[in-house]
Amino acid sequence: MSCWQTIQDYGLRSLGIGERLLPRSDFTLCEHFVLIGSGMIWNVYFGIMALVTGFFLATALAVARMSPRAALRKPAEWFIFLFRGSPLFIQFFFAYFLFLNLKSVHPFFDPFTAAWLGALIVLFFNTAAYSGEIFYGALRSIPKGDVEAADAYGMSGWPRFRRIIWPTMLRLAWPAYTNEAIFLFHATTLVFFSGFPAWQQKGDALYYASYFADKTFNPFIPYPILAFYFILFTLAIIGVFGLVNSRLNRHLPKEQRRRLRLRPNLIR
Amino acid sequence: MKTLILGTAALALTAGLAWADTVRMGTEGAYPPYNFINDKGEIDGFERELGDELCKRAELTCEWVKNDWDSIIPNLVSGNYDTIIAGMSITAERDEVIDFTQDYFPPTASAYVGASADANWEGGVVAAQTATIQAGHIAESGATLVEFATPEETVAAVRNGEADAVFADRDYLAPLVEASGGALVFVGPDVPLGGGVGMGLRESDTELKEKFDAAITSMKADGTLNALLIKWFGEGTQTY
Amino acid sequence: MFSFCEDPSTLETARWFACYLTNGVHLQFYQSFLKVLLLLAITAPVALAFGFLGAMAARSRLLPLSLLGKSYIAVVRGVPDIAFFLFFVIALDQAFEYVRHRVLCPDWTDPIRQGSDFIVCAQAKLPLGTAPQWVHETYAFVIAVITFSIVFGAFAANVLYGGMRAVPRAQLETAEAYGMSPRQTFWRVLVPQMWVFALPGLSNLWMVLIKATPLLFLLGIQDIVYWARELGGTKTPNFTAYPHGDWRMWYFLALLIFYLAMTKVSETLLERLMKRLTHGQATTGGEAQRRAAA
Repeated sequence: MSCWQTIQDYGLRSLGIGERLLPRSDFTLCEHFVLIGSGMIWNVYFGIMALVTGFFLATALAVARMSPRAALRKPAEWFIFLFRGSPLFIQFFFAYFLFLNLKSVHPFFDPFTAAWLGALIVLFFNTAAYSGEIFYGALRSIPKGDVEAADAYGMSGWPRFRRIIWPTMLRLAWPAYTNEAIFLFHATTLVFFSGFPAWQQKGDALYYASYFADKTFNPFIPYPILAFYFILFTLAIIGVFGLVNSRLNRHLPKEQRRRLRLRPNLIR
Repeated sequence: MKTLILGTAALALTAGLAWADTVRMGTEGAYPPYNFINDKGEIDGFERELGDELCKRAELTCEWVKNDWDSIIPNLVSGNYDTIIAGMSITAERDEVIDFTQDYFPPTASAYVGASADANWEGGVVAAQTATIQAGHIAESGATLVEFATPEETVAAVRNGEADAVFADRDYLAPLVEASGGALVFVGPDVPLGGGVGMGLRESDTELKEKFDAAITSMKADGTLNALLIKWFGEGTQTY
Repeated sequence: MFSFCEDPSTLETARWFACYLTNGVHLQFYQSFLKVLLLLAITAPVALAFGFLGAMAARSRLLPLSLLGKSYIAVVRGVPDIAFFLFFVIALDQAFEYVRHRVLCPDWTDPIRQGSDFIVCAQAKLPLGTAPQWVHETYAFVIAVITFSIVFGAFAANVLYGGMRAVPRAQLETAEAYGMSPRQTFWRVLVPQMWVFALPGLSNLWMVLIKATPLLFLLGIQDIVYWARELGGTKTPNFTAYPHGDWRMWYFLALLIFYLAMTKVSETLLERLMKRLTHGQATTGGEAQRRAAA
């Protein structure tokens, strides 16, 4: 069977499209690459969806943590503490358990026990907590002058936040936020590994990698392939985030722009 | 000088053979009644008792090692222990990579368990542990397969309604059905999967394999194996 | 443990739990907490050392060394830790045994790889086949420490690399102006100052490390998550004196509390450390401390 045929059969297997049965003997390198690559669709889906949705909640959490009102600040602090303080492993366990119980209360919760929604919610909360902490750190270190200048222009409330505070916060938080994106992307491998069941052998990259490792009893082929895919996607994340970073800092002179980028990890 | 080096090498070789008498037995410790951790925290179960007896008959010193199921074969071939004695069915796939002794447990049946007698095991949702022969069987059948990481979760899925039935080794399910007080029942037919349970060894370890084979033969011959089977799996179990 | 634990099925609730929670498996469960703490305590400095070496290599003016440092950081950081743990431990173990085999048994003629088997001479085995069980367990633990340290060393290297570059150039230039050699500048000016820039990143890494310990069971170590699963699972009366249903939730709840407590304690301690490190530094934090004192 040619590799092209394999791609047609298994390229979208993780979504349930193509051949129903997984290969069961005489595993080729091509099958390894195609199936594990197919599983990456889920890792990318979880990564992007959680990151995009989490971004908004994170901003809200950071602002709430800055609030002088305890009614806003306390819940945000607790939320961040709970999700940053416990392993994702345990969060998945409790979320799955909770969703199962909710399901018996009302059919509305039916899709929540499936990974595409249930696990996404956990990852969404998780990344929101981590990013919220990063953004909070950035908010605290916004130069006083920026805010004073905004005041002098007569800005306040929403316009001041939208045009001055928020962009500065992003600029400061961006290097650490890039790291968070990488961590989150890696964390997506936990979804089927320990959290949620895999239906009809539709799983993520790690699911297929361990399928091969289990069938061939040789961990030295599938896992390095998985690692290869992840390094590739991690580099892609670093590239995309780098582009955003230079756009965020496009108003700065070149010399200073570089200096900002030289301080990764300071906040996270 | 040359002879001296050869001499030490020969000494080392004989010493190596003497050392090899400690046999490390790899097991999972999470699959009652085959092997599990008892209240004292020791490895216990049918295979513990069997393994100790086999070692006695083969005049070997044995030591028990716990290892995660997923990496149990890679760790054997890499030499971290010398045998696998973990309720492992003899299959053609596994036989390509490792060797098996003769079976010490007759070919086992897998069974479906549902929450009620009319559970849809043919076309419904059936739970199985990830990457087991049972999961492979369901994937090929007409039912919808849902895989969980541990056997515990597969049974839990039936209790909470996520799955219509669970498909696993009958011997694993039987005590759970018995203890459930009617909440779980066997449904559908038993399915023979796999070729009996044997001890796994490295393919290069032919000498050790012969020793254990001989020990199993002698246990089969004098009826002690049957006695053990009945002790751990109940009167109804298959014997030799 | 207690004398009344002979027949647990007859005990009333409080005593039943007193027996249940002190039986052998539970004692092993409690030990695994110590194991995790010990692993953290050893891994943290070792990973930091790896990170320091990695960062120094990446900064090196020798191109091969700098490439080596940078690719170590990039590659290990790019791979999810689970994927790494799943094959790296066996690879590491085989690498050690291979080297020992080459050194200790030069006369060995059989191939090391026979089919899928990996065979070295008996003296090269790690640990030796004759070694008692505790040596094997310690060895597994050491391998786990090394694996964790390599993974987290890459992250630490990245943080330290950033920290080294964040030290204001003026500080280094001043040192040069005083006639210090590059080596002196590095050790006397750069290293003492970089910690304050690296600490936020390092403390974050510590938090991530704490939460990565559930992956220990992949490395063949019975850690707290392994035991929580094992103990929490349904127990039927055939195989235990303490049968119970699916109690995983309660065990995981205990783990949750443990991890949250660890986080809280770490946060407090790191906050204090940060205060101390900031003292006298040329940063806004140091400036604020100086003003407050004045």
